[in-house]
Amino acid sequence: MRVKITVDGKSYEVEQGDNLLRACLSNGLDLPYFCWHPILGSVGSCRQCAVKSYQDDDDTEGKIVMACMESSNEGCRISIDDPEAKRFRAQIIEWLMINHPHDCAVCDEGGECHLQDMTVMTGHDSRRYRFTKSTHRNQDLGPFINHEMNRCITCYRCVRYYRDYAGGKDLDAFGVHDRMYFGRQEDGTLESPFSGNLVEVCPTGVFTDKTFKQHYTRKWDLQSTPSVCVHCSLGCNTILGERYGGLRRVLNRYNADVNGYLICDRGRFGYGFVNSDQRISEAGVRIADGCTLESIDSDVAVRRFTSLIKNKESLIGIGSPRASLEANFALRQLVGKENFYSGASAQEFELVATVVDAMRNGSTQTPSLRQIESADAVLLLGEDPTASAPLLSLALRQSTRQQSILEAAKAGIPMWQDAAVRGLAQDSHGPLFIATPAATALDDIASETVRAAPDDVARLGLAVAHELDPKAPRVVKLGARLKLAKRIAAALLAAEQPLVVAGTASGSKAVIQAAAAVATALGVARAKAAAPWLFLTLPECNSMGLALLNAKPLAEIKQQPKGRGGSVIVLENNLYRRAKAEQVDALLDGKTLVVLDHVQHPTVDRARLVLPAATFAETSGTLVNNEGRAQEFHTAVMPTGAIRPSHGWLLSGLTACRPDEKHALSLEDLRAACAAEFPELASTWLSDESPTLRYAKEKVPRASFRASGRTAMHANVSVHEPTPPEDPDSALAFSMEGFRDPDAQLIPSYWAPGWNSVQALSKFQFEVGGPMRGGKPGVRLIQPCKDAPPSYPDEIPAAFAAREGEWLLLPLSRVFGGEELSSMDPAIQVRTSQAQLLLHEDDGLSLGLSEGDIVEIQSEVGSFSLPVAMRKNVCRGVAMLPLDTPGVGFLQLPLYASIRRVSG
Amino acid sequence: MERPLTKNIDAGREPLGLKDYEAAGGYQAVRKVLQEMTPEEVTAAVKKSDLRGRGGAGFPTGLKWSFVPMGDDAPRPKYLVCNADEMEPGTFKDRVLLEGDPHQMVEAMIVAGYAMGADVGYIFLRWAYRLANQRLLAAIAEANAAGYLGDNILDSGYSFKLHVHTSAGRYICGEETALLNSLEGKRAIPRAKPPFPQISGLWGKPTIVQNVETLCNVPHIINRGADWFKSISRSAEGGTKLYGVSGRAKNPGCWELPMGTPIREIIDEYAGGMQDGLKLRGLLPGGASTDFLVEEHFDTPMDYASIAAAGSRMGTGTMILLDDGNCPVGMVLNMMEFFARESCGWCTPCREGLPWVEKILQAIEDGNGCAEDLDRLSAHARDLGHGNTFCALAPGAMEPLQSSLKYFREDFQSHITNKRCPWS
Repeated sequence: MRVKITVDGKSYEVEQGDNLLRACLSNGLDLPYFCWHPILGSVGSCRQCAVKSYQDDDDTEGKIVMACMESSNEGCRISIDDPEAKRFRAQIIEWLMINHPHDCAVCDEGGECHLQDMTVMTGHDSRRYRFTKSTHRNQDLGPFINHEMNRCITCYRCVRYYRDYAGGKDLDAFGVHDRMYFGRQEDGTLESPFSGNLVEVCPTGVFTDKTFKQHYTRKWDLQSTPSVCVHCSLGCNTILGERYGGLRRVLNRYNADVNGYLICDRGRFGYGFVNSDQRISEAGVRIADGCTLESIDSDVAVRRFTSLIKNKESLIGIGSPRASLEANFALRQLVGKENFYSGASAQEFELVATVVDAMRNGSTQTPSLRQIESADAVLLLGEDPTASAPLLSLALRQSTRQQSILEAAKAGIPMWQDAAVRGLAQDSHGPLFIATPAATALDDIASETVRAAPDDVARLGLAVAHELDPKAPRVVKLGARLKLAKRIAAALLAAEQPLVVAGTASGSKAVIQAAAAVATALGVARAKAAAPWLFLTLPECNSMGLALLNAKPLAEIKQQPKGRGGSVIVLENNLYRRAKAEQVDALLDGKTLVVLDHVQHPTVDRARLVLPAATFAETSGTLVNNEGRAQEFHTAVMPTGAIRPSHGWLLSGLTACRPDEKHALSLEDLRAACAAEFPELASTWLSDESPTLRYAKEKVPRASFRASGRTAMHANVSVHEPTPPEDPDSALAFSMEGFRDPDAQLIPSYWAPGWNSVQALSKFQFEVGGPMRGGKPGVRLIQPCKDAPPSYPDEIPAAFAAREGEWLLLPLSRVFGGEELSSMDPAIQVRTSQAQLLLHEDDGLSLGLSEGDIVEIQSEVGSFSLPVAMRKNVCRGVAMLPLDTPGVGFLQLPLYASIRRVSG
Repeated sequence: MERPLTKNIDAGREPLGLKDYEAAGGYQAVRKVLQEMTPEEVTAAVKKSDLRGRGGAGFPTGLKWSFVPMGDDAPRPKYLVCNADEMEPGTFKDRVLLEGDPHQMVEAMIVAGYAMGADVGYIFLRWAYRLANQRLLAAIAEANAAGYLGDNILDSGYSFKLHVHTSAGRYICGEETALLNSLEGKRAIPRAKPPFPQISGLWGKPTIVQNVETLCNVPHIINRGADWFKSISRSAEGGTKLYGVSGRAKNPGCWELPMGTPIREIIDEYAGGMQDGLKLRGLLPGGASTDFLVEEHFDTPMDYASIAAAGSRMGTGTMILLDDGNCPVGMVLNMMEFFARESCGWCTPCREGLPWVEKILQAIEDGNGCAEDLDRLSAHARDLGHGNTFCALAPGAMEPLQSSLKYFREDFQSHITNKRCPWS
């Protein structure tokens, strides 16, 4: 309900019961704060948001209250401008600044510092404290986060975020009184895969981005570009910062429907591949010896390319789940739809198809990532999202608080009263049921966990479905898990908004189908209540987009007789990650291979012609995330030298080899053609910026108002300032001038007068934490089939039975080291632990193994060796093999293998 | 003069064991409430007595209890916590009760526990009270063996478990919600109120936190009634009070006297007056976190209303004397050192403001004071006031500071002007 409050004599409409600080900020008022944060709520520790509160119209005295700790009620009257409140707020800053080092000039946070902003806002400008400052020892917190404790103002946000919100254990508040210390018990890498958010949560320069520090530049000198993360299927929104042609940092970009205020460490720190010296920077042609790649210039490359693709009949195009929709579509245009193949592995292709089928033909609703936080009962099947889709794990963690938030509301405690809500809830969580082969990072808050092989996970899911809807197939011989299925069914049914989560990382179609079956059965059982939610993860950033382009599976490439010729064009893809080496070799044998990519890999090593492609940071394009949300990313770094966007190469080739036909010439044309061919995708690109790629006849500037030294940047080369590069593919300009507006559809960075830090974001939202005024939240392309009759899998997998002397190898996702592009980042590599084969402890003991022993894993497709890890929390009879284990090559899992000790 | 709380206490011998305590009328209140009264009647009796919290804040006890959810729908378990973390400087009255008559403490816990329907009780004990700890544990063991504690006490159907928790030694644990956090194993920082502990206290359950002396009054109120309780006082506020005197009196100590006994009477008759050659300049009536009172206030009766009217707080009722042979600046500095050190570090004004105050006072005491220092001190006294800080620690700390600036300003001034402490 909306109520009217009075602030300094002016009336404002606010949500009843909202805290006054958020209410004020949502109405565009400037009120300084530190300890409060939109996702962390209020705790009243910093005392910075003091205002004068008046009891009624007759009250002329008023009293100082903390806005963050007071509820908004009808008729509530406060003053921000009251002299006493102002003086007190300035006094707070003075206290906070007693021990602050005032090292802004050399501080990584400088110019984007909430503490600077708030200090200026309160007017505190001279020092009266005449005693010695206290100092602290800093810690080495690993490759991601730099620690500078002297700057700390003790707002407690870091520990509240890291521990309370993100479930981390190894960062804490130590010490007492004015000797508070925020860090680890001892030096060491912060363990949480969400540690990078400390950079944005910390209001000053205590926790800063260590990778940015390697190539630091003043933040106001960065050119900022809205982008979308490419390191998993969730499509979190990011802001890329560029200077001198390099990608300097990645920040969260707020999307009220997707990632909100947060991104994971893989997304924030995995960008090193863009700047890598291993990049393919020149076009190359393999000379006669078959080994050496000779550099050629771009025009020659286009001519070579044209000659290789002239004969459309003998062309094969292999797309990529990590390339944009436009690049994939351009390839499809070039080779023809009948010759356009998915670059996913056979298994991934099938799993993704299963997901798309469930989303498109089922009646259940796919929630947005942000909505997941409000689910109040969750069943997670088959995978640990912390590794496969990290931010999903963080959203699920919040969902387990949902019931306690409702309990607190009943006791009259508003959700924003963070400490009180958590105090009432204590350690109660859930319901969250987890059925996976191995431990997950959410086990600590799960109501119940089951360790089971994928087939048994699927059987449990189907049993839950049967409990909810007797029409779902009955699973026999479940044993004790029948009771568990009943408990899960009861919990899901009792919830306001139940959610079922699964995905392709389980490697099991049966698990995905079982998850869909649970959601379907829930829909039946709940009848008229809100549709249950089903959230399915996918392997890569554009797995969904590729699937929507109806590419054919790789396996359907007809084996042509040896030597018949023809060309295979591979788009941003390493086929040796997609199929067995023999299969890839057979596929490419006798063909001329053209590879467009930006990073080196074995497929590039085989290519006759290599075309240097732009990374996601150097082009515009569209990715479709796992929920079917199409989102655009834009050029942050202008490609240099021979590097071109993949779609650019493909369109050049197309135009050159078939000059008589009408072709798309630009990204815009390509999108129009794509929309014409795939009506489902048409809504993706309907926006104000098309077709002119301009707002109000102007472009949106990437540079800040405060950019400095623009004319000096290249002065060592020429004193004449070069023309800024033209970006034809977006409405963004590499410039300080242009159209800036919070309502614009492109928001490259957050800034408002007096608000230079990321917390300026409040000025871009309708209300704090709510939808953006401008920006684009993306377009949902897939709608469920509301009236679809419930349908269930026909087959129930047989129960898993551990084999004597053989172990079922299953894929194990890893947050660091398990994703292709981020694995090339030096900081991510430091965080990547050595791949180990994970076994149940007793299985290991039965093999005479001890922790760390090297074992040989022998299967019908060959053998390899790895150290072994033995844990109690793993399903018996299975062995978990990390994805992308170096030296292992492509393996189609699951697969039975024998395990033998090689050495200790 | 009746001294119900200390009647069993004789510093010259061990405290009464179970048998002797029973022989002296002990555990009658437990029998009475379990056999004759409903929990609501117990609360009503306490309410009627107008008993006010003896920990320092003086909140009406019966009223506090009435906020606890009762009946079958109430969240469980419910907790009764005795705040025995007596850390207020100059205060040692609870120690007298805990060491001197531990069974009285146990009985009080059972009676109060019954009134609120508590399942579990904790005595949160100051770490340094080792003797009290031994004696409490012995008393609890005896009470358990005798069936006064545990399941189905005296066949009444009421069950109550009682534990002693020895604190790690932080002043902030005297703040009831910080105490609860500490008891939960968390950092001892206060919680925001609301919700009050009666609704969401220990481990999120309904909880009453009550001072030792307050609780010890309860069995006597039950046994002898509200009218008796009111009759033994010398003021409108009922009951007796354990008053204490520390400082350079001839006979510093702690005495149970009728509520409302005047300050001068306590000092002269019980503490034996000032040591020879010293004159009383002022005093903190109820521990370090209360305002100074001076000569003109010495005839004030020691009860909540009268001391408040004189511009201070009754606090714990244990006064600290300032004589004319000691430096008031040094005395206040000593206290500010304590308060700054004991700040939990949660809210900015307390965490950063108190050390600043301490450093200024140190500078003044060392002869390094500046002209602006007094303004800075006054500003802190104002800005660390109630409502500006998260809890009452810093506002309490400012009480001796602001009143010393008022009553002993010339002493501060002379330190600054003469660049030395006249007493050093």
